[in-house]
Amino acid sequence: MKVGVVTFPGSLDDVDAQRAVRIGGNEAVALWHGDADLKGVDAVVLPGGFSYGDYLRCGAISRFAPVMEKVVEAANGGMPVLGICNGFQILCESHLLPGALIRNDHRKFVCRDQLLRIENATTPWTSAYTQGQEIRIVLKNGEGGFVADAETLARIEGEGQVVARYLELNPNGSLNDIAGVTNERGNVVGLMPHPEHAVEELTGSGLDGLGFFTSLVEKTFA
Amino acid sequence: MPKPEILDPQGKAVQGALPRLGFTGVTDVRQGKRFEIEIDGEVTDAVIAEVEKMAETLLSNPVIENYTVSVEGQQ
Repeated sequence: MKVGVVTFPGSLDDVDAQRAVRIGGNEAVALWHGDADLKGVDAVVLPGGFSYGDYLRCGAISRFAPVMEKVVEAANGGMPVLGICNGFQILCESHLLPGALIRNDHRKFVCRDQLLRIENATTPWTSAYTQGQEIRIVLKNGEGGFVADAETLARIEGEGQVVARYLELNPNGSLNDIAGVTNERGNVVGLMPHPEHAVEELTGSGLDGLGFFTSLVEKTFA
Repeated sequence: MPKPEILDPQGKAVQGALPRLGFTGVTDVRQGKRFEIEIDGEVTDAVIAEVEKMAETLLSNPVIENYTVSVEGQQ
């Protein structure tokens, strides 16, 4: 599959994400924020970083980048979209995902190897995992507190839209320890920790993140 | 402004700093944003409606923030 990785001004993890896509067995295609063109890709990754300097709110300006018009359109048509960290923030600002991400409750940037539980292994990004599987990948964020109103929270919990949950400790004040969510359709996934940094023994904390990039193939040929 | 039910870490930091400076009796601080938007010509209802739309679309995130639009003196 061809997986597009969008580079915004201020993206940091776009090259790592491209590499993870390739290691996961797919073709990585670089997409540019200023081009309203998805270059025929089958899926899109919005990488981590500080797009547009996080000005206004994280993801608020990226949401209106020319490429995002196409991403929103494709996501609404069922294309798999994964947003990691800043990408998750962009997806929430785009209203492709419920809730929002606010400053960590303890007000400090956090960087740690974080234990997670995969709560939903049916999405095109998590099908390589088993339901309830525990993985440890890097978390690094300043504004990773997932919030939503009580009604929305009850709905996403009830509908199985929580994709991953923090274990051992809640690193940023996220409600219900939520680390990642999906949309109603299940094709759009946002995750605060970074699976793309855990796909190689040499440079990562392990291989626990690889499943996010191999799931696409397994889903396609399942 | 952040909605009342949304945690405001920045407001909490300010609230924590005030007593250290000797300001007492403060029970809560919440921090928001203010945008000053200059409009060419008369501020009609249509212009205000347009600014409301800006506030809802870009300036605020309605999931976590409330906003108010007010008109101030002409210069």
